[in-house]
Amino acid sequence: MGSDDGTWRVLKRGWETSPAIRQGAVLTALLALVGAAGQAAIPVLIQQMLDRGLVDGRMQGGMLAVLAVIGFGVVVTTAVAGVMTRRRLIRRGEEALAALRVDAFRHIHRLSIATQSEDRRGALVARVTTDVEQLSQFLSWGGVAWLVNTSIIIIVVIVMVVYDARLAFVAIAVVLPMVAVLKAVQHRIAARYDAVRSRLADLLTAVSETVMGASVIRAYGAQPVMRRRAQSTTEALRVSQVRAAQMSAFLFPTGELFSVLTVAAVLGVGLFLGPASGLSAGELVAFVFLVNLFLQPVAEFTDIIDQTQLAVAGWRRVLDVLATPIDLVEPEPGVLLPHEPPQVTVDHVSFRYGSGPMVLDDVTAVLPAGARIALVGATGSGKTTLAKLLARLADPTDGRVLVGDHDVRDVASPSLRSTVVMVPQEGFLFDATIGANVRFGKPGASDAEIHAAFADLGLDDWLAGLAHGLDTPAGERGDSLSVGERQLVSLARAYLADPYCLILDEATSAVDPATEVRLAEAVESLSRGRTTIAIAHRLSTAERADLVLVMEHGRLVEQGRHADLVEAGGPYAKLHERWVSGTASLA
Amino acid sequence: MRGLLVLRDQVRLAPKPFGLAVGGSVLYAITTVASSAVLGWVVDNVVAPRFTEGRVASGTVIAGILAILAVGVCKSVGIVMRRLGAMTAQAQVQAVLRGRVIDKYLDLPLSFHRARPTGELLAHADGDAEAATGVLAPLPWATGILVLLVVTGGWLVATDPFLGVIGLVLLPSVLLVNVAFERRLEVPANQAQERYGDLSAVAYESIDGALVVKTLGAEGRESDRFAAKAESLREAKVELGSQQALLFQLLDALPTAGILLLLVVGAWRVDRGIITPGTLIAFVNLLRLVTWPLHMVGWVLGSLPRTVAGNDRVQGVLRQPVPPASELRLVAPPSGVGLDVRDLHFSYGAGAAVLDGVSFCIPQGCTAALVGATGAGKSTLMQILGGLLDPASGTVSAPTPVALAFQEPFVFADSAFTNISLGTDLTEADVARAARIAQADEFLDRLPRRYDSVIGERGATLSGGQRQRLALARALVRRPQLLLLDDATSSVDPSTEADILRGLSSELAATTTLIVASRPSTIALAELVLFLDGGRIAASGTHAELLVTSPGYARLVQAYEQDRVA
Repeated sequence: MGSDDGTWRVLKRGWETSPAIRQGAVLTALLALVGAAGQAAIPVLIQQMLDRGLVDGRMQGGMLAVLAVIGFGVVVTTAVAGVMTRRRLIRRGEEALAALRVDAFRHIHRLSIATQSEDRRGALVARVTTDVEQLSQFLSWGGVAWLVNTSIIIIVVIVMVVYDARLAFVAIAVVLPMVAVLKAVQHRIAARYDAVRSRLADLLTAVSETVMGASVIRAYGAQPVMRRRAQSTTEALRVSQVRAAQMSAFLFPTGELFSVLTVAAVLGVGLFLGPASGLSAGELVAFVFLVNLFLQPVAEFTDIIDQTQLAVAGWRRVLDVLATPIDLVEPEPGVLLPHEPPQVTVDHVSFRYGSGPMVLDDVTAVLPAGARIALVGATGSGKTTLAKLLARLADPTDGRVLVGDHDVRDVASPSLRSTVVMVPQEGFLFDATIGANVRFGKPGASDAEIHAAFADLGLDDWLAGLAHGLDTPAGERGDSLSVGERQLVSLARAYLADPYCLILDEATSAVDPATEVRLAEAVESLSRGRTTIAIAHRLSTAERADLVLVMEHGRLVEQGRHADLVEAGGPYAKLHERWVSGTASLA
Repeated sequence: MRGLLVLRDQVRLAPKPFGLAVGGSVLYAITTVASSAVLGWVVDNVVAPRFTEGRVASGTVIAGILAILAVGVCKSVGIVMRRLGAMTAQAQVQAVLRGRVIDKYLDLPLSFHRARPTGELLAHADGDAEAATGVLAPLPWATGILVLLVVTGGWLVATDPFLGVIGLVLLPSVLLVNVAFERRLEVPANQAQERYGDLSAVAYESIDGALVVKTLGAEGRESDRFAAKAESLREAKVELGSQQALLFQLLDALPTAGILLLLVVGAWRVDRGIITPGTLIAFVNLLRLVTWPLHMVGWVLGSLPRTVAGNDRVQGVLRQPVPPASELRLVAPPSGVGLDVRDLHFSYGAGAAVLDGVSFCIPQGCTAALVGATGAGKSTLMQILGGLLDPASGTVSAPTPVALAFQEPFVFADSAFTNISLGTDLTEADVARAARIAQADEFLDRLPRRYDSVIGERGATLSGGQRQRLALARALVRRPQLLLLDDATSSVDPSTEADILRGLSSELAATTTLIVASRPSTIALAELVLFLDGGRIAASGTHAELLVTSPGYARLVQAYEQDRVA
């Protein structure tokens, strides 16, 4: 979904997307010109003084006082204009960036899980964090530099041309090749700094492995191999840094060299022209200063342009997110589902992620209202994907999913979300208290309601066992709790959301026996009076189900009750046999 | 003062490039003064005669222009020396610090790693090493600028005390504003940084939990939460930008005003015949050149605390004492014994005893299960047996080699082959055989370049069960006499797990295996069950025996039975 838009096209899109940057832009540009005029104060003053007698060593006191007053007046006025320019630019720019961030974030949450798939999440987070941040950093110097430097160049060129167009031409003619030189070298420097960045990434990988793999390294005595790797990556980084430094060190004095060349050329031509051509001593000396004023922003531009391209690339990525079509289209107007456990119908459903292989291939099934359904199958058989389609986390590539009598695509999303709720496998928790996490299922729920939810699920004793009860922090992604405990909290969260249709992705990883019992009981209470679809990893779940759907390679290969399926001797019976061989000796 | 000591130590690590940089900076300072002096000379002796008298000797013109060019070239050489030297020195010192930190990480025991978050340890080798050398690169330039300041001040005072006073007031005040600038921006800058951190945390969490957000229809609420963070970040950034605007402009206007003052007073002094117009132009030019790099001095002074802090954190790691190698010496057991543990005691720090006299014996070639409630000390015991933790007392006898596999295996960003061999001298065939026993061959064979395929962070992603099987192959390839599996097959489905253990007993018949089991199917595969409770082995025997003899064991495993029977 990346676009190949050129820089101008991106700038145009950005300009159109953010009204904030358009507001008062003309005034800001005018203020920038006024601010830049202050830069010319010193050269102009030097010219005035020299030409009003100072070149002969004479300066009339009155004249000096007038010049001094004007000079200070200009410095103060232009400084005020300068502050206003910068402030206006930052204020508008940050306003636009904040809006861009929030819009992109909203957009991301509206995408289906097929688009915001797990492996793309990191990239999506980067869009609303680092990419926008890079734009903001750029704004604070690159954006300001564009405005201020352009203004300075304009002002200086005007003053030079007013003094002497021929000398102005000489100055510009000598400076232009510098731009070409800088441009040519800068690309090669950028390549060397890219090398530095990738060597640094290598080093960080090596360090993080040393740290995160500490147990394995010690358990297998792998220190020597890790030490060699660390040494070679630090050395490679150092070499890449020195190579980058060499090139940038030789590039750096380019501005200085061109500065003396230009000064020499301007002086030479000016002296040759002499007073007869209308040039004055003051104007010629002023040119020496003007040339330097002119050179600095020009030299900076080559750097700024590179940074601009980076910033534009980031901007393009963010704008591309906004341009990603919303693949879960909200119906207008949406149907409202009745308040009762629905029958769920899967009608010739096929699904693939993007252009990948078919994950679901023509699945058809009727899940009766209020029934308990178990989805079983090996890893990768498509059972989790099917569950996600039932919850409309993505839409089928072909076929349709009906909840009650309605295609899920026709149901208003608030109604659908309150009717069908999925409890994901790892029970994702937010970095907040347990109470806040449960309240996520029903905003505004009171502590009493939350306590009642735990009690109804038979989890009140577990909650009471926590040192801080509902105020116990869950930690980042729920890390302060065990896997099983995280699931208990997500069950309570789902209970509070009180859906008519519940989709449960059972945990595969082992939890300790006490929690295991609690989980089983909580699921039991939670599923009462609802259509419940469980992605089953436990035999007992399948045994208790009213209907078992057996998936294999994206197809529904068998369905029926546990006992009948075992009898039938098909794929389920085989699965069951292996299952039992794992647990039967305990029975 | 601390800062100076830090810098001295760093300079010693890269004396040559640092010397080059200082030499370049001094050359730069001298040529900067020289360039202004030449300009003054040209104004007095070339420009003035040409425009007031109408003529000037062409030899003088050529001499003046050549002087300007020559000084410019010397100045450029100074710049190259300074930058090359400074950046080389910085890279060199960073490499040394990073190398030392990583070496130390490898030497320090596991307890050091356990006690610190990963991010912190990464930062010591990355950001801290960089911060520690932050001042090293600009230091030579700052030195050159100080030389420049002294020479400039001296020249001004020697030529004319009036102008000298202006210079002596202007230069330090620009420096002061610079330093104040660094300080003043610190607060809003930190605030913006902090709020950006908050915003990133929300973005990361919310998008990571997208499934929950979506299924509960909370997209709107989450967007509002993010918008609030974005708004407060915007406020902080506008505040920072506002202050920056004022201070940047002040730093621009202050020197301009100072030079203006110098120009006005200077014009008066020229009128009085005390200095020549050329000298005045030279002074103006010099002050213009001097005020700009003063930013750098301000920056160095402002960064010194960061450098010292970064260096302190790096040195904090390097100063960590490395304890002597593990106390636990594996004693060779009598023949026929696979693992013999006697009276093992352990506690974390001054905490309660985790292991309080653990003793047991497993016959060679036997597969035993270690069962216990959460927190009973199963993993601790396994780590002691694997040599990762030192027991307070007790002995362990087992034939070597011993291999330990964990519940959450670590995958290195390297080839599958290296991930299994971990640098030991093993053939492709050894690795493939281990992978086959671990049932890892079926997915490794399907990778694009088979065992040479890069996996982990930058390669093919593996599922939890696949990672565990990879880790198992890593353990098996060493042909261990004692294999310790700490819940190492928890994400592998039970039937595959059974296949693995079957393969183990046929292919590595002499290997004794101890499995931490929390799944009934795993317990079922063990010939001997050890029940760890209250810091000791409370009961041992077959599963059936323990159900009868140990009520605690029966209660623990009953959980699974209930799930099965209900």
